[in-house]
Amino acid sequence: MMRISTFRIFFMTLAWMVLAFLLLPILVVIPVSLTDTSYIGLPKEHLSFQHYVAYFQDPRWLAATWTSIWIGIVVAICATALGTAFAIGCWNLSNRASTIARWILITPILVPPVVQSLGFYRFWVTLGLIDTHGGVILAHTLLALPYVSISVFAALANLDRRIPQAARSLGASVWQTSWKVVMPAAYPGMITGAIFAFIVSFDEIVGVLFITVRNVSTLPKKIWEGIQESIDPTIASVATMLVLLTLIVTGYGIFRNREFRQ
Amino acid sequence: MIIFYIWPLVGIWKISVTEPTAGIENYTRMFDSNAVTTSFIITFRIAAITTIGCLVLGYVVAYVISNFARRVKPLMVALVLLPFWVSVLIRSFSWIVLLGRSGLVNDTLRDAGLIDAPLKLMHNEFGVILAMIHVMLPFAVLPMMANMRGISGSYVDAARGLGASEWTAFRQVYFPQTLPGVFSGALLVFVLSLGFYITPALLGGGRVLMISEYITYQIQEFLNWGLGSALSVALLVMTALVILVAARFVNLRSALLERK
Repeated sequence: MMRISTFRIFFMTLAWMVLAFLLLPILVVIPVSLTDTSYIGLPKEHLSFQHYVAYFQDPRWLAATWTSIWIGIVVAICATALGTAFAIGCWNLSNRASTIARWILITPILVPPVVQSLGFYRFWVTLGLIDTHGGVILAHTLLALPYVSISVFAALANLDRRIPQAARSLGASVWQTSWKVVMPAAYPGMITGAIFAFIVSFDEIVGVLFITVRNVSTLPKKIWEGIQESIDPTIASVATMLVLLTLIVTGYGIFRNREFRQ
Repeated sequence: MIIFYIWPLVGIWKISVTEPTAGIENYTRMFDSNAVTTSFIITFRIAAITTIGCLVLGYVVAYVISNFARRVKPLMVALVLLPFWVSVLIRSFSWIVLLGRSGLVNDTLRDAGLIDAPLKLMHNEFGVILAMIHVMLPFAVLPMMANMRGISGSYVDAARGLGASEWTAFRQVYFPQTLPGVFSGALLVFVLSLGFYITPALLGGGRVLMISEYITYQIQEFLNWGLGSALSVALLVMTALVILVAARFVNLRSALLERK
């Protein structure tokens, strides 16, 4: 069709360079995690899995990982339930009210993390939630809510408003309509939202730093402390595992679902 | 539902506003302090440079993905999304590994005999900005891509058919159409950069104090809740101002609500 021009080559090259800039620094953790030395660096003589062994033998790392996983799951459940209720509620509201509600909803994305963590801290003190798992779950649920609601909104955008009206006029109660008609339409958005919520919780660090002391330790907190104190290659092995996991999941997502690319 | 959600948020606001118990004193202190002023200037400078960097790099990627990449499109999109999913903490760690005193970059250069003493690549603004551009880039690419998807190629074709070169067609016909996407990308990156904490804290090494880190310092090291909260309010107000000013130019609904 179009012949290859310098214009195209120029932009293509630049774009690939930028993509390399995005990807390569992340992959750096892989060779570093295989180092045979006890400090951060490339493997000197041979590849070694000692830092992976160190991770799996250290109860503190494992405990932190486990904490992150189960908190993430609880947060995903809570945030999905609340976020979906919120989105369906908004969907039923008038346009004006739902615009305001949506603005309030996205504030947690825009408010600087330190500021909201400060707020959480002061508030949790009065509630006695500091350094408890419940406190972390509550904070993470609040932070994850917007992501759930946004993806449910997106799913509901495909639902014709006349369909629930039809259900109502045929004698279904509000509850029946919501449960049998609106919910199935929201379902794909809920799944995406739950995944988002899990990731938000699994990644979140600033809030955890503020509202926990030593009772609760999540994986990001452990990594943070590790970087602050002494940079040892165990962090690189944890990072590698997380990066590979992300690679697999992203790859799978692209492969499975072309919608993913939107 | 809405009330349940607003309630804790109002809590945040109320607490950060009422915290300086002795009234306005903290605010006057804030405006008098040189350290605070410096910190604000650093914050805005870093956020601005990061935004510009992200826009330039992100534009190229979004443009190529939307227009040139056919078969490789899913791959390119995946390469944008992948870093997006990797924890900010890990990405900052990667940059520390690369840029540190005995990091990979310095080691490689020294082994190659190019330098004698390690270059100072982090614990300065250079390192912070580099890593921040890396973290924020997907936030710039995604809105721009969403915008470019809606642009019809026929105008460019028409311009080409009327004899414009590819460069001219791009500059005069295509680029103006992408401005809404560019603005929403800029807004998102700038606002997120203003309040960013993790990357500057790790790569700045306590030497590049952006406001967020300054607040944490005040509170955790000096237990100076009054000043810390006053600063938080200032940061919040400034973030809100940026959004309000931007709202005059950008369709915020489409910029922020329709996709994350």
